[in-house]
Amino acid sequence: MSTISSEHVEQVVIKAILDFGAESDQISRGASFEALDFDSLDLAELAQIVDEEFGVELKSGDLKNIKTVGQAIDLIAERAAA
Amino acid sequence: MRPDGAVVLVTGGSGGISAACAHALAADGWAVALTYRSNPTGAALTVEEIESAGGRAHGIAVDITDAAAPPKAFAAAQEALGGPVLGLVNNAGVRADDLAVSLSDDAWDLVVNTNLTAAFRFTRQALNGMVRARHGRVVNISSIVGLRASVGQSGYAAAKAGLIGFTRTAGAEVARRGVTVNAVAPGLIATAMTSDVVGEEKVRAIPARRTGTPDEVAAGVAFLASDAASYITATTLFIDGGLSA
Repeated sequence: MSTISSEHVEQVVIKAILDFGAESDQISRGASFEALDFDSLDLAELAQIVDEEFGVELKSGDLKNIKTVGQAIDLIAERAAA
Repeated sequence: MRPDGAVVLVTGGSGGISAACAHALAADGWAVALTYRSNPTGAALTVEEIESAGGRAHGIAVDITDAAAPPKAFAAAQEALGGPVLGLVNNAGVRADDLAVSLSDDAWDLVVNTNLTAAFRFTRQALNGMVRARHGRVVNISSIVGLRASVGQSGYAAAKAGLIGFTRTAGAEVARRGVTVNAVAPGLIATAMTSDVVGEEKVRAIPARRTGTPDEVAAGVAFLASDAASYITATTLFIDGGLSA
């Protein structure tokens, strides 16, 4: 799974966040999911997308500790490389 | 709007209400997948009738109480009928009647697992795809027994009342994705499953003074599954001739 780059993960995550209705100028690695008006359903859907794209299964416990877009990207990239 | 070719999966597809639902949904343009366990002939007949009326349908043999059943059934429905599964009717149900004072654990487990837990698992499976598709319709077949006492059916009552509570919360959780989750609660409907409990006295208690038909239940299910019902969610529609009034 080492072929999955952090950039690829970032693209997928940002596309998902845009699909959920966030404005593109609000999205950055430092943006918090709270500021993006993310809720638990958005996170559950993001987990599904990540599972399909990268085969990385995120549990709801993992997601609770994620506060920012950058943290999500890093966690997914790290799991995908493992 | 429901995309063309969308599939609705109806569990317990060999009984009276499910066959009526399958016909009504097919007439409304859905491709219909029917799960069955004990009556392949009934399901095959429904599929044949829908196909000869110009619709699309497919039977799937599955034990819905098996935890692995939902992904299997959804994959089989999608493979056979082509489209995404954007409709689900949780209809499969069993009764195992006894007074609460002597109801066995096995009877309780059978009824709760089939009528409630399986409906939860199938709904969970369905919501994954529906949330992503931004469209979906789940209709849970509850019962008047979820609201009113029916002596000897405490397990069935608990499961059917549970479905109403589950429907409310699951519906609220996914409403903003264009997915609706509703329940239909039939009253006394003349089917093979109720033939032993429908007596003259019970019928007199119904304001409409008659039992309902499977087609009358199916009409409510097809409506809740339609585009016309897009703003109705997390609610329960009683189809009972006024019995719950």
